[in-house]
Amino acid sequence: MSLKNKLHNIKEKYKGKKMAPAFNALHTFLYLPNETTHGGTHVKAADDLKRTMNIVIIALVPCLIFGIFNAGYQHYLATGAIEASNGFLGGTFWTFDNLIHGAWKVLPLVIVSYGVGLAVEFLFAVIKGHEVEEGYLVTGMLVPLIVPVDIPLWMLAVAVIFGVVIGKEVFGGTGMNILNPALTIRAFLFFAYPTWMSGDKVWVSEAVERAGTADAISGETLLGAYAQNNTLPGVDVWDMFWGLIPGSIGETSKFLIIIGALFLIFTKIGSWRIMLSTVIGALVMGLIFNGVVDAGWISDSSKFYGLMSVPFWQHLIIGSVLFGAVYMATDPVTAAQTNKGKWIYGFLIGFISIMIRVFNPAYPEGVFLAILLMNVFAPTIDHYVIQGNVKKRMKRLKVKTA
Amino acid sequence: MAKDSKLILDPLTDNNPITIQVLGICSALAITAELEASIVMSISVLFVMGVGNVVISLMRNIIPSKIRIIAQLIVVATLVIIVDQVLKAYAYELSKTLGAFVGLIITNCIIMGRFEAFALGNGPWRSFLDGIGNALGYAIILIIVGFFRELLGSGTLLGIEILGDPVAKTGLYAYGYENNGFMLLSPMALIVVGIIIWVQRSRNKALIED
Repeated sequence: MSLKNKLHNIKEKYKGKKMAPAFNALHTFLYLPNETTHGGTHVKAADDLKRTMNIVIIALVPCLIFGIFNAGYQHYLATGAIEASNGFLGGTFWTFDNLIHGAWKVLPLVIVSYGVGLAVEFLFAVIKGHEVEEGYLVTGMLVPLIVPVDIPLWMLAVAVIFGVVIGKEVFGGTGMNILNPALTIRAFLFFAYPTWMSGDKVWVSEAVERAGTADAISGETLLGAYAQNNTLPGVDVWDMFWGLIPGSIGETSKFLIIIGALFLIFTKIGSWRIMLSTVIGALVMGLIFNGVVDAGWISDSSKFYGLMSVPFWQHLIIGSVLFGAVYMATDPVTAAQTNKGKWIYGFLIGFISIMIRVFNPAYPEGVFLAILLMNVFAPTIDHYVIQGNVKKRMKRLKVKTA
Repeated sequence: MAKDSKLILDPLTDNNPITIQVLGICSALAITAELEASIVMSISVLFVMGVGNVVISLMRNIIPSKIRIIAQLIVVATLVIIVDQVLKAYAYELSKTLGAFVGLIITNCIIMGRFEAFALGNGPWRSFLDGIGNALGYAIILIIVGFFRELLGSGTLLGIEILGDPVAKTGLYAYGYENNGFMLLSPMALIVVGIIIWVQRSRNKALIED
């Protein structure tokens, strides 16, 4: 008897029992369930929720692998153990040392994120007697990618519990949530433990422990530096594009994010409208700020000068606008549903992200706040798009009948 | 009397002014970052509601119904000013923390609500019990929220360091624990109140509305 049949038999045995949802979750993760829909003709498609989620995870894996190497690379680079890597395939980046150090730091985050999050999901499923939903598969992967590498594990665990319960379960679970759960988790961390989520120490592994000692290293991101009218030495535009810069674990490599985006668009999982309009929104806001600088309305002593004078297209590669646009804003549950609504939703995400980035130097990364804000407004946008359409059709009807 | 005891006990549980009627939320969110402030606020509201309900109840037959809101406001305002002055005289530091919120007891919906709904139509003794009951219902939520927010947000209770010293890294802090800054922000108070509502309604299904 094959494993598949064995699992089906166990399922029959436990049907109606309290632990059934927990078992079914594992079962359907591996195989299609053995039950078929009853009566009538149905649309036949293999892409159920689990398959959809798995494709997003596949798109995220390159970012995770890169993030692991980058965690090690940034650490050894800052301590002076290695030379700066020359481009994406540079000799000092894809090394075994970087992998070991990065994996030692990053994999625990992944394990805590999945372990705690799935435990909460299973608990709710067993209490409420519904099937375990797949929503956490992607969230659990996103969470380690959007936190600083040195975040203490217990903080991550607390935040995951908060995010899954308050961000999702109280609204009724997967598909009913208003806010993106991964971003809820990040927002919780950001407001609860700001010293671990921002500043100039947390972005390079072990920079916090070394602070104040003779071995102190800088753990600043580019955005943090720009916000204080500085730049980081030895970082050029290509480093930003390939991702050889400090930042949250998975968001640095714009190159891999673009590949992930193409993969999602090709498989029709992610909405290209949202991705494109977010980028356009960010560029427009960047252009406006560049215009303000060129017109000489602010002097270079202004605290906004550093970020305002960044060439508009560089906003896309110094922070996490792209990561947010590709993996966060496109979340089908929390995004706008109508096509026109998607354009408005995405545009405002990009626009507001750059605005927060420039105007609030205390929070140099505004992308997650912008996406959460637009998550809240997405139903309103959809409402007006639909009402507008209804009006247009009513008008057409009148013209015809008149 | 059983009926009279219901006046006090109901608002504590199944007819709680904050979690069931969802009144008086503003002050519950604003001043609960410290347990001490929550307790002082609770006592102030207890005084204002207890005395206010009796006064309104005594005057209920001579207040013309067209100007009853103004009459109620004057009664509350008088009582609130008394509370404010007492706090300034005996607990100056605390009255500074509470700031405008003592003055804003005047606009606390629970108080006006009880005047309108109960004191205008009932005798002084029953009005007094109703005022005390609702104020206690308000107080219990304030104190629960204040307890969790101060404990998790600052690691203290009534200003005493429960979890150790965050600067010298003693107690829990020695193991890497840190205070949750989010707890000190008002949104978290809303979430804590929400969790209380959630727990209460899942224990008593009759409270769930459609």
